[in-house]
Amino acid sequence: MNKSEFVPFNNGQTLALSDIPESSLDEFCKAIIQGVHGGLRLVCFCADADLRLFAVLAEDAAGQLRVGWTQLSQASYPSITPHCVQANLFEREIAEQFGIVPEGHPWFKPVRFHTSWVEGRDAWGRTSIPEPAVMDYFTVRGEEIHEVAVGPVHAGVIEPGHFRFQCHGETVLHLEIALGFQHRGIERTMVGGPHLLSFKHAETVSGDATIAHGWAYCRVLESLAGVQVPPRSEWVRGVALELERMANHVGDLGAMAGDVGFLPTASFCGRIRGDWLNLSAAVCGSRLGRDWLKPGGLRFDLEPELAKLLLPRMAKAWTDTRDAIELLWGAASVMNRFEAAGHVDEAQAREIGLVGVAARASGISLDVRKDHPFGPYADHPVMVSLAESGNVHSRAWVRWLELAESYRFLTEALEGLALAPCDPVPEALPPLAPSSVCVALTEGWRGEVLHLAMTDSEGRFSRYKIVDPSFHNWFGVALAMRGEQISDFPICNKSFNLSYCGHDL
Amino acid sequence: MIHILLSRLRQGHRTIPYPKSLPALPEIFRGRPVVDASKCANTSGAGSENSCQLCADVCPTEAITLHNGLPHIDLGRCLFCPECEAACPSGAIKYSNEHSLAVRGRDDLVVDGKTEYRLARQLDAELMRVFGRSLKLRVVSAGGCNGCEVDVNVLQTITWDLGRFGISYVASPRHADGLLICGPVTANMEEALRITYDAIPAPKLVIAVGACAISGGPFYQQTEQRGGAASVVPVDLFIPGCPPHPLTILDGLLRLLGKLG
Repeated sequence: MNKSEFVPFNNGQTLALSDIPESSLDEFCKAIIQGVHGGLRLVCFCADADLRLFAVLAEDAAGQLRVGWTQLSQASYPSITPHCVQANLFEREIAEQFGIVPEGHPWFKPVRFHTSWVEGRDAWGRTSIPEPAVMDYFTVRGEEIHEVAVGPVHAGVIEPGHFRFQCHGETVLHLEIALGFQHRGIERTMVGGPHLLSFKHAETVSGDATIAHGWAYCRVLESLAGVQVPPRSEWVRGVALELERMANHVGDLGAMAGDVGFLPTASFCGRIRGDWLNLSAAVCGSRLGRDWLKPGGLRFDLEPELAKLLLPRMAKAWTDTRDAIELLWGAASVMNRFEAAGHVDEAQAREIGLVGVAARASGISLDVRKDHPFGPYADHPVMVSLAESGNVHSRAWVRWLELAESYRFLTEALEGLALAPCDPVPEALPPLAPSSVCVALTEGWRGEVLHLAMTDSEGRFSRYKIVDPSFHNWFGVALAMRGEQISDFPICNKSFNLSYCGHDL
Repeated sequence: MIHILLSRLRQGHRTIPYPKSLPALPEIFRGRPVVDASKCANTSGAGSENSCQLCADVCPTEAITLHNGLPHIDLGRCLFCPECEAACPSGAIKYSNEHSLAVRGRDDLVVDGKTEYRLARQLDAELMRVFGRSLKLRVVSAGGCNGCEVDVNVLQTITWDLGRFGISYVASPRHADGLLICGPVTANMEEALRITYDAIPAPKLVIAVGACAISGGPFYQQTEQRGGAASVVPVDLFIPGCPPHPLTILDGLLRLLGKLG
């Protein structure tokens, strides 16, 4: 058996379901395991209510995705996780959503603590409503070992999650993370859509990544409807995504400075982040970019006059940004803490399938904008920003490099947009292709955002799968904490700054 | 050290003079919507009576209902998206730049072109005595999208400097005078929210920030959530928006403490 059973396709391409040959269960599992061992990544693995398993693998160097599926004859199959760690959370999610048991899964627990979508079929045989974060935690036993439990409510303006540290003195031996407190049922409600609220649900998967998720949703719809977005509108979408990246990276670097007690950068960045958010608000009225995009194009175009006005404002924000962040690299107290904490090496990062800033900080060249270009990024490429050490400093440094690169992209884009007239307002989309599947990836500021949609015979969503980068990366936070002091948790956590709601959906 | 000082000089003093003067909002900012009965096809006499319901049809959260033909907007549900404004052929619904939105009662969140909008009044004399000069809030995120958290957090930056009004966010409910809630209250957060509320010593306040915390917001139909903070705890201040602008949130807090106007 070889991986060629899986059908190759490109980011954002629609395939008819009938064009994807069914694999036997054995072939399907082997294709994933051998594919991942051969350097592919498992970017999506999901099920549907008809006991079908779907997997999407990415061959990043070739700019290609592969999709395959298999029909189960019963609600169980041999777990892939023992041979492919990247499948860990996906298999637990499949079990939780559809009651399909991955037999032999070494870490078989719920992901979001909700009842099965298939009535009467529960992977754990539960009959009552599950309680959040109630499960068997990995524990370490021995003299002087103690456990520290934190959350769901944390000591700040932070989303809820439950963390269990196994400690020996100050040293963390292991951290287990239980999420699901933010679970709103977004994937479930997409089924039968697109509805009036579907775009809103995409935007609110993770509010700080409104554009990354909103754009992925738009791309899925446009591809299924066979609509081409005009190049200028795609360029404006690129501006929206990069402004989102600027605001969040500036905020993160400020917050990381705050976590090591370096107040100048923390204070400056807190304010400057607002300058970047306000640039988005100047175009669409919302600091988070709500309703900026629209399936088919843009809800709010960036007119040439406005592009001209924004250029000097953006230059000012960039001057302040550089001034604030460069202080970090010259402060010994900051560098000392950044370099000592939160190490994830490249081999680990590859094995667990890290994406985005965290992957690039461990030396893995991975960026959807370059590997699977979408929107304007084929014509206006961006450089992939890399670091090597995989520690807090690397994750800060990658953000810093990306700020400069995004600023370059933004300047070029606004200068170009100032000279080009707007595209006409997009028409309502035609009906979606029936019995098809589309997978769209975007590179949000945290990393790879994936939206997968399958349609029924009438062109309505029969399954909608969302993978936020946080879903891949939370396990990275746990690994980064091993052997660290528990007091370094805030800075380790902040250096990833993952989304709870993006994970919980 | 010298670099830090030079940087401090370059960055300058950046706290905005609000509430003495208002910070500039973008022209396109969608603040409180306005319904103009004289323009609505159903009430202006221009069209056939009560036949138009374009605004209600496009509203993704069913925030608009027609009362005797005239649109009645529930700001507790409104996501401040441009759909209704864009759909209305006669321009009867328009977003204004008005940022003041906070109210004390759920029923006050109404824009219908007739009733005057009842902005939040200040606390009664006894609560003003207790909280008027110092209000410590515990923030609980209960199932939203982290958008409201973003703009709640922003108030702590030097731009807004929440502390100068005697308001701050604290790390324990035991230290708090009240609860600030974001999110629709997911089933999975209900108990944690209740426990946090119970842990705050009385008298205590509850502030619901954002469409989710008021009505469930974009998730209002989901069985995975409870439909807002008031389903679990009594709410004293409602601040609508998706998410509300930081200025809107601060305006609400200051109205509650009688520090505006």
